[in-house]
Amino acid sequence: MAILVFTEIADGAIKKSSLEAIYYGSQVAEKTGTSVTALAIGKADGAELAIAGNYGASKVLHANDTKLELPNSMAYAKVLVEAANTTGAKVIITAKSSLADAVTARAAGTLKAAVVGNVVELPDLSNGFKVKRSIFTGKAFADVNVKSDIKVLAIKKNAVNPVESSNSATVEAFTPALSDNLFTAKVTETVKATGTVSLPEADLVVSGGRGMKGPEHWQPLLDLADALGAATACSKPVSDLDWRPHHEHVGQTGVKVSPNLYIACGISGAIQHLAGVNSSKIIVVINKDADAPFFKAADYGIVGDVFDVLPKLTKAVKELK
Amino acid sequence: MKILVCISSVPDTTSKISFTDGDTKLNKAGVQYIIGPYDDYALARAVELKEKSGASITVLNVGEADAEPQIRKALAIGADDAIRVDADPVDSYFVAEQIATVAKEGNYDLILMGRETSDYNSGVVHGIVGEILGIPSFSPVMQLDIEGGVAKMTREIEGGKEKLEAPLPLVLGCQEPIAEWKIPNMRGIMTARTKPLKVIPASGEAFTSTDKYSLPPAKGACKMIAADEADKLIELLRKEAKVL
Repeated sequence: MAILVFTEIADGAIKKSSLEAIYYGSQVAEKTGTSVTALAIGKADGAELAIAGNYGASKVLHANDTKLELPNSMAYAKVLVEAANTTGAKVIITAKSSLADAVTARAAGTLKAAVVGNVVELPDLSNGFKVKRSIFTGKAFADVNVKSDIKVLAIKKNAVNPVESSNSATVEAFTPALSDNLFTAKVTETVKATGTVSLPEADLVVSGGRGMKGPEHWQPLLDLADALGAATACSKPVSDLDWRPHHEHVGQTGVKVSPNLYIACGISGAIQHLAGVNSSKIIVVINKDADAPFFKAADYGIVGDVFDVLPKLTKAVKELK
Repeated sequence: MKILVCISSVPDTTSKISFTDGDTKLNKAGVQYIIGPYDDYALARAVELKEKSGASITVLNVGEADAEPQIRKALAIGADDAIRVDADPVDSYFVAEQIATVAKEGNYDLILMGRETSDYNSGVVHGIVGEILGIPSFSPVMQLDIEGGVAKMTREIEGGKEKLEAPLPLVLGCQEPIAEWKIPNMRGIMTARTKPLKVIPASGEAFTSTDKYSLPPAKGACKMIAADEADKLIELLRKEAKVL
């Protein structure tokens, strides 16, 4: 049961969520006595890719064709299918992300593989192949039997706690043929926030709701996020009002996050918002309304004015460091 | 232009989720079913495209008979006819296979659906359909216009968005703000009753089955900290919760 991990690259290095997926793969490999190959697509430094070994990969296949510089789900899927065929992989693992969803979905279409998303635990192999997945945006779990020959698992953040080793992986160039019909789409413009912490990847998130009173009042929240090294997020009304960009919106119809710490500032905690954040390890709620429903889902709460509380927290964080 | 809009029938997002029969089935008692919220955006944009430049809209659901009120609602909103593949939509690949089979026969220019269903949240059906059909798929699409057989789209990417163009046919997973949800009017509701709804059998078999469902453990009590001692929170997060 050879294992292949679809590995995403950001700024020339393997994304943290992908390292987690590689570690997950290594734990499955340990159970089945096989090895893990990581497939990395795009521009990256060999030494950075070898880090996959610290997380349990024995080999990294690096597809670095210049055509693959911009993410393209059709071409990436083609590369993934070729890598699955080359390695004889029976289990394909990825960290869940919108790119990984698109790529693994298309690969599954060719490989006739079941795709199980939001996997939260290692599989149970005692009787077939069973995995636990989160469903209903974190409101429940399902234990799923997977019966296809090749299986695709998309891992939710924090499904495993990686333990690093000093092993390193060999890096091999991987150059499958790519036909022109994989490149019919044309990207005409890319707008991307730079220099900020990526929200789906973040361990710490500071999020604001309508209680922040307007986009011009966001600074205290940004200051706390900055002091913590946290990503910033917002509720749906805030992104609907254009106070913050849509990619910051967490909730039922926005980004689903599962950080170690989620600090909600001036968010009442509608059920649709909770759906996006309920798998966070620790939730802190700051709200001036003691009856805000969010307190029921929180681990720590402060009833108070966010504009009084936030600077105090920022100061305490800075003193800590 | 021929548009196929695929809709799921899912519990209202405010539903309390619970299970019956020894945690092997979703407890449907008291649960209100709706068109998948993302699918509803896809449908709304399809209706706008039809109003703007003319199109026929077929709505497709892979589901059991209890999904028909949602299918009728989609017809009331503006779809012209409907197909239901009679099967329990248990598995992404299985559902995608049904959609691809219908799509092959109907020769659609545009296949729209939500970025994911709000029950299983896998977000892969559009990609699998695209691959089976051998046409491009994009998701999550936040803006869509069709000009001269080319789709002009804005897609959300991690930490931002990109504009892209691709020739039809395409499969797209949609999300807000591609369109505003539409509420059917009385005339729509009346005409929806007589619009054709074809029920066809499924083909193939599901790759997965669910043994058992469970709910997350209940949260313990929320520890309250006085606002004037807010700095204590940071110490608790560090020493007690160990997240800093």
